[in-house]
Amino acid sequence: MSRDNSTNLSIVPLEAKNLSVILGGQKIIDIPSFSVFPNEVIVIIGPNGSGKTTLLLTLATLLKPEKESIISYWGQPAKYSSDILKLRRQFAVLFQEPLLLSGSVWDNVTLGLRMRRVKKDEINFRTKKWMERFGIMGLAKRQVKTLSGGEAKRVSLARAFVLQPEILFLDEPFTALDSPTRASLLEDFERVLRETKVTTVMVTHDRNEAIALANRVAILLKGRIRQIGTAQEVFSCPVDEEVANFIEVGNILHGTVISQNDGLALVDVGGQQLEAVSELSAGTRVTMFLHDDDITLSLLSTQTKVSSARNQYTGTVVKAFPIGSQIRVTVDCGVPLVALITRRSWEEMGLNQGQTLIASFKASSIHLIPRR
Amino acid sequence: MNLIWQGIIEAFQLLIHGNREMLRIAALSLEVSLGATAVSLVLGIGAGTAIGLNKFTGRKFIISLVNTGMGLPPVVVGLVVMIFLWRGGPLGFLHILFTPIAMAIAQVIISFPIITGFTSASIQQLDSKLRFQILALGASRFQIIWLVLKETRLPLLAAVMAGFGGIISEVGASTMVGGNIMDQTRVLTTAIVMEAGKGDFGLAIALSVILMILVYAVNLLLTMIQQRNKAQ
Repeated sequence: MSRDNSTNLSIVPLEAKNLSVILGGQKIIDIPSFSVFPNEVIVIIGPNGSGKTTLLLTLATLLKPEKESIISYWGQPAKYSSDILKLRRQFAVLFQEPLLLSGSVWDNVTLGLRMRRVKKDEINFRTKKWMERFGIMGLAKRQVKTLSGGEAKRVSLARAFVLQPEILFLDEPFTALDSPTRASLLEDFERVLRETKVTTVMVTHDRNEAIALANRVAILLKGRIRQIGTAQEVFSCPVDEEVANFIEVGNILHGTVISQNDGLALVDVGGQQLEAVSELSAGTRVTMFLHDDDITLSLLSTQTKVSSARNQYTGTVVKAFPIGSQIRVTVDCGVPLVALITRRSWEEMGLNQGQTLIASFKASSIHLIPRR
Repeated sequence: MNLIWQGIIEAFQLLIHGNREMLRIAALSLEVSLGATAVSLVLGIGAGTAIGLNKFTGRKFIISLVNTGMGLPPVVVGLVVMIFLWRGGPLGFLHILFTPIAMAIAQVIISFPIITGFTSASIQQLDSKLRFQILALGASRFQIIWLVLKETRLPLLAAVMAGFGGIISEVGASTMVGGNIMDQTRVLTTAIVMEAGKGDFGLAIALSVILMILVYAVNLLLTMIQQRNKAQ
C-alpha cells in the first residue's frame, strides 16, 4: 500500500497524546504521550493485566480511545469515521492466536489483498513471495483446520506481510508456541523485520523477545508507560522499584550513601558496605538494583587475592532454587544477595546449603537511584 | 389394537396408490412453510447479525425479547394475526385472512425470532479476537458481515432447520388464520387434526407419515450441507 503523497518518511508514523482508554468504567490506559519512530521496532512489555492488548488494539485503531485522546498517523489525527478504513488498510495486526478463517491457506493469505481489491497478478505475486519467505508454499491448498500451531502461525505471518503494511502491530505473537517452534519462527521473523524495515509495535510479557527484536523497549505497568529506552538502558537501569521488580533484576537493596569520591560511592546497606558507581552525594538514601547474573560466586580457597570487582563479601548459602539450566542461589552476606549461576558451576564447585563462599560484583553493576 | 392396524393398513394403501387431494395438501404445506422460512431467514439473519455484531443500549433487553419470541405459542400468534387481518381490523383492507399468505405471515412471525436468536447467539460465540482480526485485515462493513456469516454458517444451518421444523409442524396459527379450507388453505397439520376428529384414522396416519417424511427430507438435506461444510 502506498501512503498519501503528502506524508513523508521523516514524519513520525504514530504519535499518541493524552491517550486514555476506559473499559467497563475502569481506566485501562493512561499515557500522556507516546511516539513510534519511522522504521523502528518498539516492544512494549508488561505483566498480564497491564493493558498491553488494549493499548495495541487502540494504537491499531481497532478500539476507540476516550475523546480527549489524539492519535496521529504521519501527522494526521485519526478520525473514527468512514476514513478509518483507509488508515487501517495501511496496517497489519497479528494476534497471539493465528486467528485464521475457514478455508484454505491460500484463501487466508490472500484475504486482505482481496478486501483491498488488489489486481489478481499482484495478489499472486505477493502471496507466492511471502508464502515462500515463511516456508509455507507447500501448504497453499491445505485447509487451515489441518495445520499445526507453527504452520498456522506462519500462515498468519504471511497474511500480514503480503499487505506490505506501513505499520505492523503484534500482540504476543509467539507466546502460544512450543519453544523449538518459537525459536525458529522468532529467528525468521527477526530477519524479515530487518529486511523490510517495517515500523513495528509489539506488545509482549517476554523480556527475551524484547531483547531479540527491539530497537526500543517500553515498560507498561497498570496502563502507564513507566520507562522507555533501548533494551540495555531499560534492563540495566530501571527507573524505579516497580519496573525493577517486573524486569526481575534479582536484587533490590536499600541503603544510604556514606561517602562519594570520583563517582564511586560507598553505601551502607543494613550494616554492610557496598561500593557503587554513582554521583549521588553522602547522606542520600538510595535504592540499588543489582542483576542476579552480575554476581560471581567463588569458593574461599580459590579466591584470587586481587580482583577488579570492588565488592567482595563472605557469606553462606541459605537457599538454592533451580530455574531451567540455572540455579538461583541466595547468599547471606549480612544482606541477602541473589546470584544466578549455571547448574554446572553449582556441581563443579560442589556447592550446597550452609556452605561459606565469596560473592563478588563490580561497582558498575549496581544501578543506584535516590529513594523517594 | 384392531383400530391401529386398520389405520396403518389404510394409510399405506393411500400412500401407495396416491391421492390427489393428499398430494395437494402436502404441496401447500411445503410451499407455505418454505416460503415463510425463506422470508424469516432474510429478516432473521439481518436482525441477528445486527444484534450479534453491535453494542448498543437496550441490547440485552432486545436479546431477551428475541429469546422469549423463540418460544412464542403459535396459537397466540394466530390470534394476533387474525385480529389484525379481520375485516374490521387494522389490516383488514388487505383481504388476506383465510389465505395461504395469512398462514405464511403467521409462520414468519413464529420462525423469525428463532432464526434471529440462533444467528445472534452463534455470532456472539465467535472469538471476539477473530472479529478484531477481520477488522484489522481491512474489512469494510459489508466484508465484515459476509466473513462473520461465513464463519458461523454451521450454526446458521441449524437455525434454518429449527425455523422450518417449528413452522411446518405448527397447527394452531394455521388453523386460525388459514381456516382449513379445502383446496385453499388445508395443510398437513390442519388436515390431520380434522381427519382424526372425524375418526378417519387411516387418512390421518397417512398424512402424518407424509409430514414426517417431508420434515426428515428437508433436515437431511440441510444436515448434509452442514456436515459437508464441516468436513472441509
